[in-house]
Amino acid sequence: MGVTKMLMWLSAFFVLSGSLVTFIAALGVLRLPDFFMRMHAATKAGVVGPSLLLVGAGFYEPSWSTWIKIALAILFLFMTTPIASHLLGKAGFVGGVSVWEGTARNDLENVLPSDVFVETDAPISSEKPAGNMLTCAPTTLPRQ
Amino acid sequence: MIDTVFPATIEISKFLLFLSMILVCIRIVRGLHAGDRVVDLDMLCLLGVGVAALAAITSGSMAFIDVVLGIALIGFLATVAFAGFIARGTTQGGGD
Repeated sequence: MGVTKMLMWLSAFFVLSGSLVTFIAALGVLRLPDFFMRMHAATKAGVVGPSLLLVGAGFYEPSWSTWIKIALAILFLFMTTPIASHLLGKAGFVGGVSVWEGTARNDLENVLPSDVFVETDAPISSEKPAGNMLTCAPTTLPRQ
Repeated sequence: MIDTVFPATIEISKFLLFLSMILVCIRIVRGLHAGDRVVDLDMLCLLGVGVAALAAITSGSMAFIDVVLGIALIGFLATVAFAGFIARGTTQGGGD
């Protein structure tokens, strides 16, 4: 078995496993009962699937430039997707998304109010502050 | 043997990605909250990354790997912007 055939086998394996993982992620996005569970499916399996597909593409035509670009793309996916879904989960929680009724424990229930967005930076003076970060209480402003 | 297995693998992967896109689009239509739809948008971007990787194999030109970087960047920025938009929207709705 030549080297090119070996690389074709590797490419086929990675492409097939990547598309399978992606399909499982899409199935989870469709079927899971809760916003946060759907986000979990889209984040974890949704990152691993395309990364495996990219590795498969790299084994199909291996060269240094291809591998560097693929490594950059995978690194970028692994760095940005957790940040994006963390922000999205926080926005969903403070936006009043209800958790699944079978959820055993909700640690953020009394920590983060579900109807007000707590600013983590210092509020801009021209902007109305949304809440007091220390007491987690919404600021009541006089009506203008 | 690999000469027959590899095209079949590519076809199966194309079909699976197509089916995944259909499922995510169904979820977008059914989504209850705006955050759900943003999650589905993020998932569609990741599916676009997978499709671009497959296109790099089927077309034989590795320029599609650059497309992957672009799609990933746009998806990240869109998700962050939408997350901030959802959070801000609830603030101004509940604050007044």
